Amino acid sequence: MRSIRTLLKNELKLNIRDMNMVIFAVILPLIVLLILGLMYGTEPAADGAAYTFMEQSFGALCCISICASGFMGLPLVVAGYRERKILKRFQVTPVSPAKLLLVEFLIYIIYCILSMITLFPAAMLFWKIRIHGSFLLFLGSWLLTMLSTLSIGLLVGGIAKNTKSASVAACILYFPMLIFSGATLPFEVMPAAMQKMIGIFPLTQGIQLMKAAFLGLPVENVLLSVAVMCAVTLVCFAVSVKCFKWE
Amino acid sequence: METVIHVERLSKSYGGLLAVDKISLSVKRGTVYGLLGANGAGKSTTMECILGTKNADSGRISVLGYNPKKDRHRLFQNVGVQFQEGGHQPEIKVSELCEETACLYKEPADWKKLCEQFGIGSKIGNVVKSLSGGERQRLFIALALIPRPELVFLDELTTGLDAKARREVWKILSELKSKGLTIFLTSHFMDEVEALCDEVCILRNGKAVFFGTVEQAKKASGCEKFEDAYLMLSGEEVGKE
Repeated sequence: MRSIRTLLKNELKLNIRDMNMVIFAVILPLIVLLILGLMYGTEPAADGAAYTFMEQSFGALCCISICASGFMGLPLVVAGYRERKILKRFQVTPVSPAKLLLVEFLIYIIYCILSMITLFPAAMLFWKIRIHGSFLLFLGSWLLTMLSTLSIGLLVGGIAKNTKSASVAACILYFPMLIFSGATLPFEVMPAAMQKMIGIFPLTQGIQLMKAAFLGLPVENVLLSVAVMCAVTLVCFAVSVKCFKWE
Repeated sequence: METVIHVERLSKSYGGLLAVDKISLSVKRGTVYGLLGANGAGKSTTMECILGTKNADSGRISVLGYNPKKDRHRLFQNVGVQFQEGGHQPEIKVSELCEETACLYKEPADWKKLCEQFGIGSKIGNVVKSLSGGERQRLFIALALIPRPELVFLDELTTGLDAKARREVWKILSELKSKGLTIFLTSHFMDEVEALCDEVCILRNGKAVFFGTVEQAKKASGCEKFEDAYLMLSGEEVGKE
């Protein structure tokens, strides 16, 4: 435990010193919130809708930090450590791959939490959003979305040869999901055919689940979404530890 | 005396190139063992196979009675390693790197004292990349000693150090040796090898061509100076091609 605490403290310091994630996972979501807020204010999502556009988009906003962490931060840091032979130095110490991966994983969970706890009060204060459904369900689906997305990033980082291939893999995963899963462009404004196509992204599932929980809407196939995300998390964790490459 | 490193018929090739060819060696506790050879002779590859950071094609390796690949968790609790190129996080400070290393061991040494011993005590607040080559080298030797190891691997330990710093490093290592530390090192400096090593192994194109003490090397080659003996045995004599 002592080693996890010390590693976490130092690695978090290094990560913040780097500033990339502070910008992409914490400041960027706030900027998107501001833009959406200025555009839509407290308008209802549609004529006669019981909730505002901002409320409808809130789940997606929380996913920006999740995406930035899972598809940029986490895989690039781990692959970068491999490329810079930092992992090789760790290989000749008693530390286990699982412990190293866990520490990096926790760092990005911290970013996601930080993003959530800055977005929520800001949106509440300025655009009067409130939870129509269940806060606990919302939190649960947020947690599941975060864990499953970060675990994909962990897998990419754990086995990518170098930063270059990690970054290619991350881009292939990151940009379509960021743009099309409803994290940046609201899912609702896309054509129906496109909505169907992007339904296969795990992130889309997560966002829909978060939205339903936030707005108190009924959801179909909740169990399926939950099962998919849990399975992705477990498989990615297991494979990234099992197939971990030091060099 | 107890054997702490035992290597039997170790071979490793890269593609078609045989980098290490059936090397066998053993290192006794409390001694300093030097692995010598020209660049590309197979020193680092041998060391990395012993450490388990590279996979040997064939051969048997035991370090402190452990298999370095299967038992790394237990083995490296008691073993320190300094690689030729020590990787570190780009923005990390000396203190953070030491702290991060120390936290991985059950009973780490006091890293502040080690840094002072190695003459970088005033630099612990600095970013590692801002250190000079010599300072960084000393830092990585200090890091290898943080586990309070029984056995330490030092790959080109004093490359980049000035004369005085080299002497200081030798002195620290000799003191640790007198307390029972076993040292496995590679070096290109024959004065260093003479000053530190109890036994040496000279590699030539991946093959071990000489085992023994510095005195035995001089005798075997008929040279008075060890550096001449080394050049002859390793096939690196000037003017010979």
